[in-house]
Amino acid sequence: MRFGGVLAALLLTAAPLQAAAPPPKPPANDDCLACHEDPSAKRANGSSVAVDKAAFASSVHGAAGASCVDCHQDLAKTADFPHPEKLAVVDCASCHASEVADYEKSVHAAERGKSKASKAAWCTDCHGIHDIRPSKDPASRTNHFNLPTTCLKCHGNLAVVPSAGGPPVNQPALFHDSIHGRALERSGLKFAPNCSNCHGAHAIRNPKTDPESAVFRTKIPATCGTCHEKILAEYSDSIHGTQLAKGNAKVPVCSDCHTAHAITDSSDARRLAILHQCGGCHETSLATYRDTYHGQVNAMGFSRIATCADCHTAHQIHPAGDPRASVAPANRLRTCQKCHAGATANFSRYDPHANTHDKGRSRLLWATALFMRILLAGVFAFFGIHTVLWFPRSVKARVDANRKGRGAGDGRGEA
Amino acid sequence: MTEKAPEADGTIWVRRFDRFDRSLHILLMASFLGLSLTGVPLLFSDRPWAASLSRLFGGFRSAATLHRVFATGMLVCFGSHLARLAKRLFGDKEYGILWGPSSLVPQPRDLTDLVQHVRWFLGRGERPRFERFTYWEKFDYWAVFWGMGIIGGSGLILWAPKLWARFLPGDLFNVALLVHGEEALLAVVFIFTIHFFNGHLRPEKFPMDTVIFTGVLPLEELKHERPAEYDRLVAEGGVERLASPAPTADRVRKSRIVGTIAVSLGLLLVAFTLIALLS
Repeated sequence: MRFGGVLAALLLTAAPLQAAAPPPKPPANDDCLACHEDPSAKRANGSSVAVDKAAFASSVHGAAGASCVDCHQDLAKTADFPHPEKLAVVDCASCHASEVADYEKSVHAAERGKSKASKAAWCTDCHGIHDIRPSKDPASRTNHFNLPTTCLKCHGNLAVVPSAGGPPVNQPALFHDSIHGRALERSGLKFAPNCSNCHGAHAIRNPKTDPESAVFRTKIPATCGTCHEKILAEYSDSIHGTQLAKGNAKVPVCSDCHTAHAITDSSDARRLAILHQCGGCHETSLATYRDTYHGQVNAMGFSRIATCADCHTAHQIHPAGDPRASVAPANRLRTCQKCHAGATANFSRYDPHANTHDKGRSRLLWATALFMRILLAGVFAFFGIHTVLWFPRSVKARVDANRKGRGAGDGRGEA
Repeated sequence: MTEKAPEADGTIWVRRFDRFDRSLHILLMASFLGLSLTGVPLLFSDRPWAASLSRLFGGFRSAATLHRVFATGMLVCFGSHLARLAKRLFGDKEYGILWGPSSLVPQPRDLTDLVQHVRWFLGRGERPRFERFTYWEKFDYWAVFWGMGIIGGSGLILWAPKLWARFLPGDLFNVALLVHGEEALLAVVFIFTIHFFNGHLRPEKFPMDTVIFTGVLPLEELKHERPAEYDRLVAEGGVERLASPAPTADRVRKSRIVGTIAVSLGLLLVAFTLIALLS
């Protein structure tokens, strides 16, 4: 190397003599590895500059015969070795232009743009450096089954990715235990989604603020629907889906009921939690449900009782006036019969959201409730006053009796 | 005191309730407590204690089954009471139970007794001369009778809604559910506060009146509490007929234990209920 440098210097000084001198020959991989193969090769500050020859050889770039200077382009024209420590940042875009263009739209790029000290991921954080393998390689960091582990390096570590304003959450742990995580990591289902299936690979946008994000609130149904096609069709047809299409962002989207990362199947806890999801908007319906046996039993933590979706369905929710609704008059009996086998048409006239304060809904119930309230108030008012008046007199009677030396009342123990 | 033989202190004991009445009260008390403990949690299902109480009975399904078991006990109670009334009325021709001094049927006297009692509360008159059943005891009796009809009737409808739905419109179940709960709340709070106070907890009776368990009370007490009945019995020569041996120490002890358990459970439940209602 040193000899090469000297030679180059000689050639350069001889330039006036030799006007048509050829450009310096770029160093071959073996030239680079002559120094960098040494595992103890370090910069002045002690950080390693070693390159694992075998790892590079089996990487996608090594296997394709790429040379070091294909990436480290500023060294291609350098003849003076050892080269300076400070090299130009490798520009992946020189080959992978569209991927880098996508990355530039991402929340990662935006974070890096804000601060030089940002730890937000860029190419090498996910893909590696010299050992980059193609995603289809099972050993690749970006392989379908390995990607959650790769994302988790930062997103499972609050020191790297602090919770943005909200409470600290551990999405990777939630994902591991979710139905998607189990399908992917335990069952090895290639159809199970990993992080990038929802968030994208390079153009990972901020789901809270960027309407272009695939998991921005209004985009969620379409994103989930890429796999859950039939559910998307049902949802899109429902009152919630049609409202969403009209721009009403208050309607529930998939993640409101199913959560974003902790998606599970229909566990008991989910059946109880769903009440609060629906009840968050449908407050009166939740209150009137709580007045019925269904709601009372549910409130005590027992989930094997009808909750919202059992009657209204989960995704094909229509207003009761819509003939497609599971709670439409024509369909109601069939809905009741899901649990109450043998129920009759009369049975289905029971109002599971009866409201004693709503005169219009049921005059009979309203009047009965009024009567009961008056009865209770009357009885307790009368006997409340009766008891309060009696008490001091009763105390006096007992005191007098004791003074006389005998029990006034009982006489069988107190005397 | 109670261990003493009646002759020892000269106390004469008289019978107020016979074995049937006492058994009925025990059965009513046990079934009512059972129904309350298995039913009230539903009315306050958002309270943590409601879920705990329900779990104590093995979860809501098991609590519902037990509720029906206790309901059966109460139906037996009600049925046997009606049967006995029929026997006394049609068999023994005891028409006195329909009207008169020893009847439970409300009469003008009860109104004057009430007015006089309130005057006595206020220190403006003598204590009324009560007969065999005071007006508040009659209220207790008829309140239970009314409750049997309302809570029992609605309870039977709710027991088998699919069966009843063959004859009754479904919105009647909403009414049944409402009155069952509201009337039960009335009964629970009334029995565990007003009835407990009137019968057991008021200072003259505190901690309890065991007459409903032992069936007998000292003649002196009868004379003091129900002078009109005492006078009538003397006039009819019935005092001797009702004279009874003193209750055994064992019976009094058992009465106190049973009474204390029932009163404690009731007070505990009503405390939870009132806290839930008022918070």
